[in-house]
Amino acid sequence: MQRALRRYPFLGAWLLLSPAATWLFVFFIAPLFIVVLYGFLERGTYGGVVWRFNLENFGRVFDPLYLNTFLRSVYIAVLTTLICLVVGYPLAYFIATRQPARRNALLLALMIPFWTNFLIRTYAWLTILRTNTGLINTMLTSLGIIERPLPLFGNDFAIVLGLVYGWLPDMVLPIYVALERLDKSLLEAASDLYAPGSQVFQRVVWPLSLPGVVAGSMLVFIPSLGAFVTPSILGGGKSLMIGNIISNQFLAAHDWPFGSALSTLMMGLMLAATLVYFRSTTRRGVQA
Amino acid sequence: MRSGPAVELRDVVKRFGSVTAVDHVTLQIRDGEFFSLLGPSGCGKTTTLRLIAGFEIPTSGEVYISGEPQGYLPAFQRPVNTVFQHYALFPHMTVAQNVSFGLEMTKVPATEIKRRVEEALELVHLQGMGNRRPKQLSGGQQQRVALARALVNHPKVLLLDEPLGALDLKLRKAMQVELKALQERVGITFIYVTHDQEEALTMSDRIGVMNQGKLLQVGTAREVYEAPTSRFVSDFIGDTNYLYGVVSAVRGEVGEIVVDADLRIWASLVPGVGIGQQVIVAFRPEKVALNVPEQEGQNTVSGRVRELIYTGSNSTFLVELTGTQVVTVKQPNTGAAFDPQVHAGDLVKLSWPIAASKAFSEAGSTN
Repeated sequence: MQRALRRYPFLGAWLLLSPAATWLFVFFIAPLFIVVLYGFLERGTYGGVVWRFNLENFGRVFDPLYLNTFLRSVYIAVLTTLICLVVGYPLAYFIATRQPARRNALLLALMIPFWTNFLIRTYAWLTILRTNTGLINTMLTSLGIIERPLPLFGNDFAIVLGLVYGWLPDMVLPIYVALERLDKSLLEAASDLYAPGSQVFQRVVWPLSLPGVVAGSMLVFIPSLGAFVTPSILGGGKSLMIGNIISNQFLAAHDWPFGSALSTLMMGLMLAATLVYFRSTTRRGVQA
Repeated sequence: MRSGPAVELRDVVKRFGSVTAVDHVTLQIRDGEFFSLLGPSGCGKTTTLRLIAGFEIPTSGEVYISGEPQGYLPAFQRPVNTVFQHYALFPHMTVAQNVSFGLEMTKVPATEIKRRVEEALELVHLQGMGNRRPKQLSGGQQQRVALARALVNHPKVLLLDEPLGALDLKLRKAMQVELKALQERVGITFIYVTHDQEEALTMSDRIGVMNQGKLLQVGTAREVYEAPTSRFVSDFIGDTNYLYGVVSAVRGEVGEIVVDADLRIWASLVPGVGIGQQVIVAFRPEKVALNVPEQEGQNTVSGRVRELIYTGSNSTFLVELTGTQVVTVKQPNTGAAFDPQVHAGDLVKLSWPIAASKAFSEAGSTN
């Protein structure tokens, strides 16, 4: 064994890598391959696939019915990401500029709600937002502030709210890490060089926190685009996202090949979005 | 506004909670002067600098720059620039972008920015490096960028916070000389914070020595070294011999101090010291001569050489006087070969000028 290691210096590295590589192959590469492959097959009558090659599934993806849902999902995911950024950045900045002991307490406070199951928390929003029996509408009507219930539920508003709520910490944490690492003397240097607060932020803080912003945006955008729990509960069965359609293809319509084709397209889109985003932000020289 | 001091502090106090970092400091720094604030870490020198820069606001008292009271003026509105201890260069910008930052903020025209950035880089011998990133430069080069980034703005006052602290000794010495030459060339007032007394003595027109938030003495290098007004200053700057005793006689500005029954010396008394008082007599090791004829105006005592230490350019003798008193004597090794006239165990006569020995009151010995 030792002689073998000496003769083939990379053998040791490969041996150490093999458990992780096996895991990745069995649970990531192979399933991914199966999903892409199924997209090119025909549906079986009761689910499953018939092994006949066809391209129809990918053609159907561009049916306006699905394409619209697709675009709407992208819109909702982008909106969610932007709102998370606008809400999360100041929060991350606030936490990062506290005393070290306070910081940990605040981060913990940020995490505590997430100890509860995501499904339960989403149902909690249901009881708050519901049109006739929801907390907000009941309260506002009984106080006489409104006559008819507000449309808080079963629409894009409810979905975006639920998604922002669900993924906000994923935006805050990477930005916090970037800001916390930021050398505070750089801020003093900028203001010493005649930069007012807005310029200090624009020229120094923001560019140096961009890696965190990129990471946070990805962590919010990707799960938002594929979301199906939030839209199926808060969308009230009316407002759907692409994730719902995919899960319907597998669970209700028994059309695995079409579900696979939709999934493949979505993954392609995410990959493209990720690449474009990384490219556009790292070009400004954020490698620092 | 060339009249009046470049920077003036009037009775400035800065407290952080219960800690007084700067304790009633009053100071005038002249236009075009190289002024050093010298003291141990935590003495308040950096806080003083930050008060001038505008990173801190005094608890009480006032900071004036060119005669203008600064009040609550934030850093970006003050006509001063800072060279930070760890340079604080913007890592996401090139060298040229770093240097042009201040000019862009003050809306200098682009063509002028380009010219001034090039001039500034040339001034610190970094021409052609404008497109590099700070990370690609050595520590010494980064230091120069920091200097150029501040000087390019032609500030009224340049504040330097231990700028050479992170460099190795050789480079530090070279930079000391260069900084001083640079300051004379550009004619800008430099306020230089350091804990390195040699650095302060080498570069400064005047030095302010600080300890525990108080400004103890302000003077030229010669004044603070040759005529320290407090025990702390004599101790902090250079090496010092101490003898403890009681004042037994006063004659004008000098007094006789009884160290013990067999040892009486004369020293110049700092104001306020009188007969009967416990004092510490301080004198420099290099002021002491060995085995020279007795002379008027000199203290002459005898002792036995306990140790002889060869330190290259000098020889250091540890001489035991009566009892437990030990005096350090430093002599330059001037001969072609190392050939000391005195050896360990020899009986010697020590003499040093009365004017070069100072008697400080033992009470309040930290000041």
